[in-house]
Amino acid sequence: MKAHTDKTYDVQLEDLRNKLLTLGGKVETEIANSMRALTERDSKLAEMVVSQDREVNRLEIEIDEACRRLLVLRQPAASDLRFITTALKIVVDLERIGDLAVNIAERALDLNQSPPMKPIHDLSKLADLGQRQVRAALDAFVEADPAKAEAVIKDDDLLDSIYHNLVNELLALMMEDPRNIRRANSLLFVAKHLERLGDHATNVAEMVIYMVRGTDVRHPGSRR
Amino acid sequence: MQKLAAPKIEVKALNAWFKQNHALRNVSLTVPENSVLAIIGPSGCGKSTFVRCLNRMHELVPGARQSGKVLVDGQDLHARRVDPVNLRRRVGMVFQRPNPFPTMSIFDNVVAGLKLNGVHGDYPQLVESSLRQAALWDEVKDRLRHSALSLSGGQQQRLCIARALAVEPEVLLMDEPASALDPIATARIEELIRELRESLTIVIVTHNMQQAARVSDATAFFYMGELIEHGSTEQIFTNPREPRTEDYVTGKFG
Repeated sequence: MKAHTDKTYDVQLEDLRNKLLTLGGKVETEIANSMRALTERDSKLAEMVVSQDREVNRLEIEIDEACRRLLVLRQPAASDLRFITTALKIVVDLERIGDLAVNIAERALDLNQSPPMKPIHDLSKLADLGQRQVRAALDAFVEADPAKAEAVIKDDDLLDSIYHNLVNELLALMMEDPRNIRRANSLLFVAKHLERLGDHATNVAEMVIYMVRGTDVRHPGSRR
Repeated sequence: MQKLAAPKIEVKALNAWFKQNHALRNVSLTVPENSVLAIIGPSGCGKSTFVRCLNRMHELVPGARQSGKVLVDGQDLHARRVDPVNLRRRVGMVFQRPNPFPTMSIFDNVVAGLKLNGVHGDYPQLVESSLRQAALWDEVKDRLRHSALSLSGGQQQRLCIARALAVEPEVLLMDEPASALDPIATARIEELIRELRESLTIVIVTHNMQQAARVSDATAFFYMGELIEHGSTEQIFTNPREPRTEDYVTGKFG
């Protein structure tokens, strides 16, 4: 990568990139911890996820500020402009992923009050794939790798189909025994959060393709 | 689909030299009618030489030569029957530093080109319409007989634009028209460029890339006498194809 004539511009861009990576790393950890809190019935860990969200929010604000500063001071063009607009958009998705981790942790806190249910296979499958999607989207961003981003977009269909199977599985549990309803209902929410998390990973991946190639792959067919 | 405008200026394999210095190398491009083309590039890249070839001013420099073709409305500028003075009436030019005639009044500055071309007519009417077109009329209508030098720099530049417009050119070449002006005067000139685009074709040379992005439909990037990339302004500034264009618009040169 060629350096800018004004070196402080490079420093500011690098600083923005590092902040995004820090944020990405944090939300990845939050998701993993919230799922562990659920499967291992660890309420202390769930509480930690909830309190860690303040850090995620602080980083979101810092990243927004860094982007605004770059836009007004540098009037960026070409790849710099695409990087900064990508940063402004993916920071929203990353922060939302952090919120979903908090939502899952809160469900875990609630579920840990009741006796455990039998393990649900598709839930751990969904959680694994969801986390993998977030990690792959972040890797695509770090490595500026559009092929990796395309794989994330494609794999979202798989995530959706596991989600639908899981919904049916949970409904069957509820019909089997009404005492399952409260807990299965909570798990339905967890499943929905994991499915949403995949959508945010897809958004990040779409922006990575824009950042690298300059082409907008979102919403095909709705362009003039 | 946007309707494709007819080509107003066609440049074909244009080369230009100052003595041994090969200032333009095999440049070809087309400017559609009623559009604004911005020329960007570092100092010495040939952008001023390029616009000076469009109204045969390049050949006025001692030791200057050129080859290739420039056509305006399909007519070769170097065809024998083309009179350079008449050509410069059709292809007007505005320079970096405002250059009103210092001993003349505002009024006489505007009609100077008409008198030079032997155009007779309703001068007061022509002065008013030219000054209105240059967005200067309201500021000077009560002091048309004052010296042109009584105006501010931004007003002088608009006076020069009015002078260029008075002879009703079809093409306006602007070489850094706002680089000596403050931001407000610059904004007026930029607004004016967008208005003038309705009635004529404009080629503007600028070091200010934000200005190029604001006023132009197409942008051409020159480097060391070569046309590196020519495309829609949006494409050049958001997704250039050539690495050298990318380096220049992002500030990675030198």
